Amino acid sequence: MKHLVSIADLSRDDAIKILDTAERLDALTEQGAKKLPTLRGRTVVNLFYEDSTRTRLSFELAAKRLSADVITFSAKGSSVSKGESLKDTALTLQAMGADAVVVRHNASGAAHQLAHTGWIDAGIINAGDGTHEHPTQALLDAYTLRDALTKDRGEALGAGLDGITVGIVGDVLHSRVARSNIRLLHKLGAHVVVIGPPTLMPVGIDKWPCEVRYDIDGALPSLDAIMMLRVQQERMNGSFFPSSEEYSRMFGLNRSRAARLPQHAIVLHPGPMNRGMEITAEVADSHRSVITQQVANGVTVRMAVLYLLVGGDSVD
Amino acid sequence: MKELHSDPRVVADADDISRAIRRLSHQILENLKGAENLVLLGIPSRGVPLAHRISRNIADIEGTAIPVGSLDVTLFRDDLKLRPAKTLERTELPPEGIDGRVVVLVDDVLYSGRTIRAALDALNEFGRPTIVQLAVLVDRGHRELPIRADYVGKNLPTSQAEKVYVEISELDGQDQIVISHSELKNP
Repeated sequence: MKHLVSIADLSRDDAIKILDTAERLDALTEQGAKKLPTLRGRTVVNLFYEDSTRTRLSFELAAKRLSADVITFSAKGSSVSKGESLKDTALTLQAMGADAVVVRHNASGAAHQLAHTGWIDAGIINAGDGTHEHPTQALLDAYTLRDALTKDRGEALGAGLDGITVGIVGDVLHSRVARSNIRLLHKLGAHVVVIGPPTLMPVGIDKWPCEVRYDIDGALPSLDAIMMLRVQQERMNGSFFPSSEEYSRMFGLNRSRAARLPQHAIVLHPGPMNRGMEITAEVADSHRSVITQQVANGVTVRMAVLYLLVGGDSVD
Repeated sequence: MKELHSDPRVVADADDISRAIRRLSHQILENLKGAENLVLLGIPSRGVPLAHRISRNIADIEGTAIPVGSLDVTLFRDDLKLRPAKTLERTELPPEGIDGRVVVLVDDVLYSGRTIRAALDALNEFGRPTIVQLAVLVDRGHRELPIRADYVGKNLPTSQAEKVYVEISELDGQDQIVISHSELKNP
């Protein structure tokens, strides 16, 4: 494994290996090893063409915990605003000797292009490309699900998500998080139910490995976990629903809906949240919510990805 | 013509190994004048069952249970770049911790010494033992660093072309030490 561009590149075993590695790293951190020398002398570049708080900070912290040198590059205030192409930026990073490039771009396929054009030898990690994929988000979600829902079956190590039902609710159309999650959760054996208004479902969703529903209420009692997607108003250039009040009434997760979930069910959100829109503050801060665990797990999972991609000799 | 040695060659069987572990346990107790404050940390994978066996032996002799932990040193190695990233093994220190304790690291084979160097670095992250010592089942020579073991089950002169395989019944179904010139399937 040299790059992580899409969940489609991972086998089930690859995915479980990443989760298991994250679990080991978690145990190390918990027992006091906060700083590991693993990537000493390696350079990790965060190449962010699109705004991000948590993903950028998370990758930065992950790389630093592994002792890598980290450079964060955001398109704003760089030569990109002078019109530098992705290719020239890549060649610059190559000349500077980057070992891994974490890239977020508003164009779907940007990470794939960096990984497969030969502009740069570094391992490429997709941190979100347009509406295509966000594989590390899906991995941290899977890790959070496995940690919260399979621990009582014994050690989570080596396990998938077999027999677990996960609802993904909202703006599936614009969501790279949903795309990566549907692929990964299915690969790990979970049953995925996507729920949202027909206007926010991508064309061809019936061919995806998931069940599609247009109402949330009927699905609630069967879910082990519910993932609320952010309504991405910045990517919407048309009307997809009449008003945010109506969206919230039809698909928002509020107290009464949360009460209809099974006792053990957990609530996820990839952030940033529109509190009051897709999720009420009350549910987001409730005992069911694992939203802050998702953030913590994000660092660990990204450490695992960085270690597996650039920690060793990456000939294979 | 018959070869002088068969290949692979079994150089120790289950009885030899069990005697060596018993001797190691006695030596540890003699050297440390008892088992007080002692913590055994096995280095995965085969160091961990060995550490448990030493602990059981010491419990038989002294009547006190010795805490045993597991210390994976992979992320602390200096030769990570030479091979593909390895799967991590369990790190689990005893709940008592290692601060102010006497830590004996346990591994199956001492060779270049790089694993032990990594283990010393790893220990630094978790606490500050008063003494750190090393027990190994096999010392096969060819050190690349100024590191030696305090307790050695068996000194095994080898050539660098040879491979040494320690098999432990908890993981491999049987106890034996094998030397071979070629890669064996098992470990």
